[in-house]
Amino acid sequence: MLGCGILRGLIETGRNFCGSYYDPARLTTVQYPEEKLAPQENARTIPFLVYDGNDPLAGLRCTACTICELECPAHCIKIVKDTAKKPDYLGKMQFQPKVFDIDIAVCMSCGICAEVCPFDSIKMDRVFELACDHRALVFHRTDLAKSNEYFRQIHPLEAAVVDASRAEERRKAQARKASSPVPAAP
Amino acid sequence: MIAPPPQLSAPGIGDSVGHDLLEVSLGPHHPSTHGVFRMDVVLDGETVVKLTPVFGYLHRNHEKIAEKNSYLASIPYTDRLDYMCSMTNNWAYVLSVEKLAGLAVPERAEYLRVIVAELTRLFNHACLAGFLLQDMGALGTPMMYAFREREKILDLFESLSGSRMMCNYMRFGGCRCDLPAGWLEQAAKVAADFAPFLDQFEALLSENEILRARCEGVGVLPRDLAVNAGVTGPGLRASGVNYDIRKVDQYGVYSRFKFRVPLGGRGDVFDRYMVRILEMRESLRILDQALRDLPAGAILNPRVKLRNLRPKAGEAYGRIEAPKGELGFYLISDGGPAPYRYRVRPPSLVNLTVLEDMCLGHAIADVVIILGSIDIVLGEVDR
Repeated sequence: MLGCGILRGLIETGRNFCGSYYDPARLTTVQYPEEKLAPQENARTIPFLVYDGNDPLAGLRCTACTICELECPAHCIKIVKDTAKKPDYLGKMQFQPKVFDIDIAVCMSCGICAEVCPFDSIKMDRVFELACDHRALVFHRTDLAKSNEYFRQIHPLEAAVVDASRAEERRKAQARKASSPVPAAP
Repeated sequence: MIAPPPQLSAPGIGDSVGHDLLEVSLGPHHPSTHGVFRMDVVLDGETVVKLTPVFGYLHRNHEKIAEKNSYLASIPYTDRLDYMCSMTNNWAYVLSVEKLAGLAVPERAEYLRVIVAELTRLFNHACLAGFLLQDMGALGTPMMYAFREREKILDLFESLSGSRMMCNYMRFGGCRCDLPAGWLEQAAKVAADFAPFLDQFEALLSENEILRARCEGVGVLPRDLAVNAGVTGPGLRASGVNYDIRKVDQYGVYSRFKFRVPLGGRGDVFDRYMVRILEMRESLRILDQALRDLPAGAILNPRVKLRNLRPKAGEAYGRIEAPKGELGFYLISDGGPAPYRYRVRPPSLVNLTVLEDMCLGHAIADVVIILGSIDIVLGEVDR
């Protein structure tokens, strides 16, 4: 009968409209900023640099190998190697960055830098409220450095894997050191 | 791109009835043009006598950038082609790199690719149906229902890949990361809830007499024209041509799944809408089978070098059935770290070429729904 289809559609709209009054599952809108969704483990926005210990610059894991700079699809990372070296977590002397800049305005949050980093140094942050009233959108290493505790807090599963593998490597390095023949004193 | 001026003084048009033709520039900021797309429409009264598509407003030099970047670095750029369906874009690109470099993909990764691609198809078609109904005057309601469902799928994508839309999930030789805990159950629930949503969505407007009067017989795409113009995807199948690359090429593991290819009869706007609704039901069938049969194992071929991939000199064309049609990547390697030539075959752009043929003789209001039924995304048209 002519008009049946229209009525069926209207009944459907009515059901949806009324449903939102008795079924909380139908209220899908999240009232941001008063209310925020639970963050996901994998969520990624911009990169940050992980440091160990208390000093953000001395504890940086970054060894200025420039792999992330080369692989970044948007070419938004700039690294200048420092001439001075510092010991890493295994006690080996490694380079460190003198300049480590990321142009956040260019970064497209793809996460390839974090994927290719062999030192577990660059990881993806999940901050998203980055609006600001200035144009200083090039983040220097001081802005990018964040502690390992922060990394554990935002990506607990991934951080646990990273911490375990680093502890294992350190244990092996110490075992090697202990077993290697110490030159006898004359 | 500058459009040639339309021939306003064409004989037989306008002058016989003693009035002028009106040239309307529809877009690029018109809400009905689905992005920054412009049509120069020449009208005789309300009837379209000429239509020139103008595009390029969203040109980003995608192909040239990919010829400078490494093979790995192009994957996030492909997300931004058809920004509704980043997963299928990734797949088409990694498939052509795999062909070029001769890389094998673990079975689990193939299944994961099918799962995410079918989820992408579900929400792409749902949103398209919502937008199309909105173009026809059903303001807001169908689109909001479709977006509600899309949100659930985007949540799945976020917990899997870290990002809702720019997933950057696939890698040549597999996928980037394995499923997080509980993801499969969540995906199975989303798939199970989708069938009732489709019933509801169809009850809303598919039988509506006003809607059917509005779109039946409008924008007919004849079968021969569709084939000759290279139209692919639901638009082609709505014209009655049985051509689905999932069946023709059987890429990935699609040969293992049982599903049908819905076909239309007349090739009008209503058929293109209906074919998409039916395709969503078939996608649900594929999804059920893939979620059931998902094998355990590695997700990334351990012998694949992601960084510094240098395929041997040669060429490869990889194509998949993206939600909008045949999405292909043509790559030529000269043995270097970046492709010598990188070419995208975008379904949106090719499907758009028949727009004028479908619109001629119809009213200006029909142009909007005909364009809506083609399903274009300007990120892919302009690249």
